[in-house]
Amino acid sequence: MKDSLDSKISEQAAEVAADELANMQTKQKTMDENEKVQNQETGKQGGKQAAAVNARSEQRADTVGSPVVDGDIAVSVNDCNVHYGDNHALRHITMNFRRNEIVALIGPSGCGKSTFLRCMNRMNDTIEAARVTGEILLEGQDIHSKEMDPVLLRARVGMVFQKPNPFPKSIYENVAYGPRIHGLARNKGELDDIVYSSLERAGLINEVKDRMDDPGTSLSGGQQQRLCIARTIAVNPEVILMDEPCSALDPIATAKIEDLMYQLQENFTIAIVTHSMQQAARVSQRTAYFHLGDLIEVDDTDKIFTNPGHRLTEDYVTGRFG
Amino acid sequence: MSAQDRSVVGSSVVNRTPAETRKIVEAGLRKRNNAERRFHSYGMLGVIVGIAFLFYFFATIINDGTSAFVQTHVKLPVSFDADVIDPKGTNDPQVWAKANYAKLIKNSLSELFPDVKKRKEKKTLRQMVSAGAPFALADMVAADPSLIGETVEIWLPTDDEVDMFNKGKIDRSVPEKRRRVKDNQIVWIDQLNEQGRLQKQFNTTFFTAGDSRDPEMAGILGAMKGSFFMLLVTIVIAFPLGVAAAIYLEEFAPRNRWIDLLEVNINNLAAVPSIIYGLLGLSVFINFMNLPRSAPLVGGLVLALMTLPIIIIAGRSAIRAVPPSIREAALGLGASDVQTVFHHVLPLAMPGLMTGAIIGMARALGETAPLLMIGMVAFIVEIPGTPFDPATALPVQIYLWADSPERAFVERTAAAIIVLLFFLLVMNGLAVWLRQRYERRW
Repeated sequence: MKDSLDSKISEQAAEVAADELANMQTKQKTMDENEKVQNQETGKQGGKQAAAVNARSEQRADTVGSPVVDGDIAVSVNDCNVHYGDNHALRHITMNFRRNEIVALIGPSGCGKSTFLRCMNRMNDTIEAARVTGEILLEGQDIHSKEMDPVLLRARVGMVFQKPNPFPKSIYENVAYGPRIHGLARNKGELDDIVYSSLERAGLINEVKDRMDDPGTSLSGGQQQRLCIARTIAVNPEVILMDEPCSALDPIATAKIEDLMYQLQENFTIAIVTHSMQQAARVSQRTAYFHLGDLIEVDDTDKIFTNPGHRLTEDYVTGRFG
Repeated sequence: MSAQDRSVVGSSVVNRTPAETRKIVEAGLRKRNNAERRFHSYGMLGVIVGIAFLFYFFATIINDGTSAFVQTHVKLPVSFDADVIDPKGTNDPQVWAKANYAKLIKNSLSELFPDVKKRKEKKTLRQMVSAGAPFALADMVAADPSLIGETVEIWLPTDDEVDMFNKGKIDRSVPEKRRRVKDNQIVWIDQLNEQGRLQKQFNTTFFTAGDSRDPEMAGILGAMKGSFFMLLVTIVIAFPLGVAAAIYLEEFAPRNRWIDLLEVNINNLAAVPSIIYGLLGLSVFINFMNLPRSAPLVGGLVLALMTLPIIIIAGRSAIRAVPPSIREAALGLGASDVQTVFHHVLPLAMPGLMTGAIIGMARALGETAPLLMIGMVAFIVEIPGTPFDPATALPVQIYLWADSPERAFVERTAAAIIVLLFFLLVMNGLAVWLRQRYERRW
């Protein structure tokens, strides 16, 4: 499955390179037509990237593909906008996430993928200058409503960060902290159960069962990230948000975490931001492509990587720019 | 204008070969090395001068003060006459306490020096023994009533002038009129020395007694306890308030002009002269709130106000140093703001907070000016039992003794300074150790 996708991508790249000249000429025509309306500076730069930007800013934010799907929906986002001060960082995002599905969010650096991810568990609340508008529903409940306590929301929507950040406490305490503050265990026995089962599900138990009292920071990078995942699933959330979880890890650790994701999928809905298109192709069922704050295309992963609907998506997945 | 447009004669700055560049760098190298060496030597010089002054300071103080840790005692054969202690045979401890123990000492001295007959000479002889010796005898009888009727050789403290003479601080060659020790006293001292009845013993009184007019009866226990109570009050008030304020300002306060104003004020307060805090203490705590004057409670309150800005400033930078990734991890798990701060941020910021607190306390320990204003500069003999009793503090005690005329107080002042410096060194050493031990724990 993975191999065929990889080969398809390289095929696609070869094809596109051959068509390049023809496409450039047609694009040039549209560019000339729009030049009066465009910004002079971007026009001066020229090049494919500038052309893409100009083309994008002219079209309205209609996402290609199927951003909104039917079925058992876990999270639904409706016209979400995020402003950092004056900067309109995320524009009119509408999409939804099916239950027990892995959705990959891809796009070039600074396009708003992490911002979008952080919207879903209201972590942007901690940033003073950030302003989030729009409707985000978790199991049908508006997460920004007054009845929704952010503390409860974050217990239902867990997050794994890019750089592993275990607490400077023992491994046991790291995993036990969440259940403890939410009162998920009535006594030490139950807490032990939760901790050990979380470590087992995270695939870490064999490596740490002899040193549960060692500090969490004494583990290797990959182990730390799995510890963070164990910590997140110990609270039994409904959705797990992963912000480039493997970017700081070596390939073997990455492979372990990707295997872990397949198992976690049975119980959780997962949204993963990734820079690696191969990873997106490997683990996800649906993929969303972001570009400079807009949601360009959302579709089944197969389709995105073999036959993308939008020009920008195509450019990105074929490596034209990234 | 491009590079080619400039007129080129030989190798220009831009076209130099590496070999040419190397020659230029080598030529300037000697000058640069000399400058480096000069800079190093200035640094060394600064350090050496600083250490030299410190050395001189310590050497002077230690030189003056170590002799205060021993006190000359005289061994007297004291017979605890029942006729003097309990003439009516009441066996009442209260009667024993009020007996004329001075007479016992007089008798004992007469025994040792039978030739001394004249009244004036006898008085001079008696003055060689400390004025507090009778009280020592009374304490002994109260502790062990079986002494009554016995004759025991007892070591009693000598008068401070005898002590000074014995330590060699009074010059024999000075004419008698200008000496505090009389010629006949010198003769007797020599006699006692020959008989082995004069000995320098460890000065326990220095550590067990309160202040006194007589140097040989004076001790710093009162001052130490006063300082201790004061620091206790200071830390109990300043530490929780300072930590709470630092947490609020760093984590929960909105960023607006009022908070900025508050920050500026706190930073300024750290630099306000300490005597102004004393005036504040006088007007608010003593006049307005009617707290007991000269009490360590008031001193502690004033010093707490002084230490608060230091703790807040140190606390804020300690809290700021906690990496945001820890906070994000905690928040991401569903911890509330307060839980994040108390479970994660505070434990990591605690070493910095403690260091700031200890340094603030070390400064408070040595402050005298505010205490002068609130009345802790009085002559207080009793050792305080609670923070509400009148007391004095170590630096104030040093000041009072430095003012006293008796020669023996010179060495005691230096000894008190040694004790104060010892505590300061211990506190600062503790702060350094804590800092090193808990840094970079994650």
